[in-house]
Amino acid sequence: MRNGLPADEVRGQLLEFVTSLVDAEPDPDEDYFERGLVNSLAALELVTFVEHRFGITVRAEDLDLDNFRTVNRLTGFVLVKTAG
Amino acid sequence: MRPAEFDAAGWDEGGALPAEVRDAVARAGWFGVDLPTEHGGRGGSQAELGELCAEIGAVCSSVRALVTVQGMVSAAIARWGTDEQRSTWLPALAAGEHLAGFAATESGAGTELSAVDTRFERTGGEITVTGEKRWVTFGQEATVFLVLGKLDGRLAAVLVEKGAGVSTDPVRGQLGLRAAMVAHVRFDGVRVPVGNLVASPGFGLSHVIATALDHGRFTVAWGCAGMAAACVADVADHTVRRRQDAVPLAAHQLVRSMLARMAVDATAARELCLSAARARDAGEPGAVAGTVMAKYAAARAAASASQDAVQLLGSAGCASDSRVGRFFRDAKVMQIIEGSDQVSELHIADHLLREHRVGGKA
Ligand SMILES: Cc1cc2nc3c(=O)[nH]c(=O)nc-3n(C[C@H](O)[C@H](O)[C@H](O)COP(=O)(O)OP(=O)(O)OC[C@H]3O[C@@H](n4cnc5c(N)ncnc54)[C@H](O)[C@@H]3O)c2cc1C
Repeated sequence: MRNGLPADEVRGQLLEFVTSLVDAEPDPDEDYFERGLVNSLAALELVTFVEHRFGITVRAEDLDLDNFRTVNRLTGFVLVKTAG
Repeated sequence: MRPAEFDAAGWDEGGALPAEVRDAVARAGWFGVDLPTEHGGRGGSQAELGELCAEIGAVCSSVRALVTVQGMVSAAIARWGTDEQRSTWLPALAAGEHLAGFAATESGAGTELSAVDTRFERTGGEITVTGEKRWVTFGQEATVFLVLGKLDGRLAAVLVEKGAGVSTDPVRGQLGLRAAMVAHVRFDGVRVPVGNLVASPGFGLSHVIATALDHGRFTVAWGCAGMAAACVADVADHTVRRRQDAVPLAAHQLVRSMLARMAVDATAARELCLSAARARDAGEPGAVAGTVMAKYAAARAAASASQDAVQLLGSAGCASDSRVGRFFRDAKVMQIIEGSDQVSELHIADHLLREHRVGGKA
């Protein structure tokens, strides 16, 4: 699944997964790391989910809390990666 | 070298793995089974790695632990290291030129690793590491440690080579994994280049250490599946040969019942390991939870099968050189490390409930 993904669709899929992960629907701008909602197994699952669902590879240099901390930021990250 | 040739009982009794065994493990290519070939590995699948760990685990958990720890640190670097870290460390780890130690646990941080006290302080191009780690498998021999600590209050992972400021205190006579040369390791203001930081601060536990633990869980699971299968084989063999009044033990129905339960548990554990391997090879998101489940089931199967095996071998199972007796001690450790049974249950239930919610059923 590459190129031209609609932002709403990506956000929707991420929101659904993160909601299941943290057992509550977070606001798309809520920092789920900061709130301690994501334990280490869940963090790994989130990475694997993003890679598997959107066909991208998350590299060490992508591991920036700014890319991962909220659903909206993660959506932006996925859109950049899938456009690249 | 073949696992069948190991002197596992002797190593267990002596509390050490001879250096030539560690070298032979490296020469056999067991350190880099699933590492990419460009980094000196064999580029094998997770299933191949698993089968090897089962074969080793069926004979000696301490050798399996050596392969596990080297694999944990390598996996973390392969996944989250920079290109430079990968090209510096991975070939050396795959070739056994460096022996790895995984240094996460502290006296105040076991299950809850976010409570670590180890401090990383950045000054210019260096990081100073200060802290005391407990229970580092092969910590007596490791030449590089993946250390969990805090940098500016954020959890971070740093590679620290053995050298000035690193001291080890061997752990002896522990319940199991007696040949795994465990040590408590102290880092006393050790200075390393900033380039030894693996991933950004804030991701040290959630991604770097978590990746290492996920890899470790997988190899421990397979090792336990191998141990459980070996218990079944030893019991089948013993109960057929051991006769009293010309009646073999295997003729007793209660003995057969125990043997049947052991065989079912061992087979089920192996199937969960295979399923985890398939999910990992396919990069499925469920692979993380599938690995927890496999490790939980296999550690329990190894613990219960070894307990029943000691029972059915009777005094022979209690002898100092008894293989199932050693398995009995080793298997108990497997229910505590890489996520205790209780913590695994919590993760498995979390995952199950999550799947349920996504399916709209809860
Ligand atoms: C032989 C051996 C080798 C080891 N090798 C390494 C190594 O190489 N590197 C390393 O970093 N560490 C290593 N360890 C340490 C190991 O990872 C820890 O022992 C393990 O994480 C448990 O931590 P703890 O011992 O502090 O127990 P605790 O965290 O105090 O837990 C004790 C028990 O309490 C229960 N428990 C804890 N939390 C919960 C909870 N939330 N809910 C329900 N029950 C809970 C569990 O039953 C658990 O077994 C090793 C340990 C041993 C024995």
